[in-house]
Amino acid sequence: MSTQPIIEFRNVSKHYSGVDAVVGLSFTLVPGEVTCLLGENGAGKSTVIKMLTGLETPTAGTVLVDGKETQFSTPREARAAGISTVYQEVGTLPLMSVGRNFVLGAEPLKGFGPFKFLDIAKANRIALDEMRKLGIARVTNGNQLVGTLSGGERQALAIGRATYFGARVLVLDEPTAALGLRESATVLRLIEKVRDSGIAVLFITHNGYHAHATGDNFVVLRRGANVAQFSRGDRTVGEIMELMSGGEELARLLTSGEPLAAD
Amino acid sequence: MTNADLIADKPPAVAPRTSTPASSRLNSRIRSLLGRPEAGGAITVVVIYVFFAIVGQEGGFTTLDATASWLSNAAELGIIAIPLGLLMIAGEFDLSVGTVVGATSITVAIVTGYFDMSPWLGIGIAAVIGILVGLVNGIIVVRTKLPSFIVTLAMMLILAGLAIFVSSSITGAASISAAPTGAAKDIFAGEWNGFGTSIVFCGVLLVIATVMLQKTRFGNWIYATGGNESTARMMGVPTARVKILLFIGSSLGAVLVGVIQTLTFSNGSISLGSQYVFTGIAAAVIGGVLLTGGFGSAIGAVFGALTYGIVSLGVFYLGWDANLTQLFIGILILVAVFLNSRLRRLAVGRS
Repeated sequence: MSTQPIIEFRNVSKHYSGVDAVVGLSFTLVPGEVTCLLGENGAGKSTVIKMLTGLETPTAGTVLVDGKETQFSTPREARAAGISTVYQEVGTLPLMSVGRNFVLGAEPLKGFGPFKFLDIAKANRIALDEMRKLGIARVTNGNQLVGTLSGGERQALAIGRATYFGARVLVLDEPTAALGLRESATVLRLIEKVRDSGIAVLFITHNGYHAHATGDNFVVLRRGANVAQFSRGDRTVGEIMELMSGGEELARLLTSGEPLAAD
Repeated sequence: MTNADLIADKPPAVAPRTSTPASSRLNSRIRSLLGRPEAGGAITVVVIYVFFAIVGQEGGFTTLDATASWLSNAAELGIIAIPLGLLMIAGEFDLSVGTVVGATSITVAIVTGYFDMSPWLGIGIAAVIGILVGLVNGIIVVRTKLPSFIVTLAMMLILAGLAIFVSSSITGAASISAAPTGAAKDIFAGEWNGFGTSIVFCGVLLVIATVMLQKTRFGNWIYATGGNESTARMMGVPTARVKILLFIGSSLGAVLVGVIQTLTFSNGSISLGSQYVFTGIAAAVIGGVLLTGGFGSAIGAVFGALTYGIVSLGVFYLGWDANLTQLFIGILILVAVFLNSRLRRLAVGRS
């Protein structure tokens, strides 16, 4: 397996008018590794996703794809480079069937000439096969509406779709945020399966436990700044949580008695 | 593992189907039937028909004449409701359909009755107007992201004003007689024992729309666009093109009804079709098209149109005050929408 990074951020910054959303961020995404991007709300995680998916361009620094300097200006370009994003909120369509959902935008057709019709049977077969590969065995009917699936199964559908259609880099935006314990475990297992298939995973989360359980590399953001980078086993869950929230700073503010900054 | 398992291109099923008890299989089949978008509409149309057939039998509701009458009316509404239903599945409304019927009507009447030219010319001009209206509606909605409710409401008034202005400038009237004969009349206004050719048009449209929704890539895009537009766009669905094409389709359905009615009555009027502003949407909704988009079917819109046709004429055959028709339909819409939302919850509910 190649260890050449697919994506490399070098000293990347993003300024909006008057706000430093991301400052001097460097990290790599390597095939077969899960990189966790950690941070509280407003830490700059969404800005990183936007720069990875072509929705925003960095104001400083360089992004390398397969070692070559690249600038994505549209989501299409990012997708063409093999970067696929699965969003927590908008991944699937509850009132469509599993099969139709899976192949959306790349529907298999059968027939000839102008008479090309959807190959629903093939769509269902692909969807169920891909979900089974990710360990989801309960879904056995491709005509089932996605609304009847659990949160974890829906994530499996979205992730399976991304990998089936050729993703090399999978960006997961808070995939466990709205899920209960059991469903979260399902998703964490999905992430491991995807990693083992040789895909570079960027797991964005504010849950230190979930990151600690699956991550190979960790990047912690706080108010746009990269406060720590380390590898699996270097830090405990408690240390990760403290880095994310700025625990030592909070403790200092609470005990020092200095007047609160009005910002 | 047997040879058959090795040859089969999918891995052996985890839970063999045969282990499912027959009763639970029947149960799940009923569930999946009830989970279809048009289930509520189908139940409604049957219940309503049986009710009027029993109570209105003495009045003659079940006679061939009465049946031909309500079926022809329902077919005309269906021609509006099917393409409008597709547009609603994609998440948009079109309130301008009623005015397109009127504008078509006056156009055909002016061409045939005032200038004494071929009805085909009038139909051609009306079709161009319809395409333009749909195109403008679609482009404004897609570009500005304004609610289609407002955009098409504005279009309804603009087109009505324009049609009256043009009509009175040319002919000095807002209602003129049309004098079409020949093939156009036979095709659009022909009848057999009172059964209008509108029924054939509606049937053909139903088949086309159903195949498109269920069997084509474009159909998948319609559902996705209405289900969640940003998701659909992210998956590469050209949602703007889908919507613009469906706005055009919706207008063209109205043009067809305008032509049918004008040639049937031999009279063109701007106010023709004004009832379709809301009856088209009502029919689609009774038939299970979700107001917020993403769910529905063409046959559902037809069930809604049939229900509407039965009630409109049925009240007359019961000997009730015709003014009660609207009251009856109002209640019906509430009940049907409630039924649909319950059935949908059943379909999406965890099994």
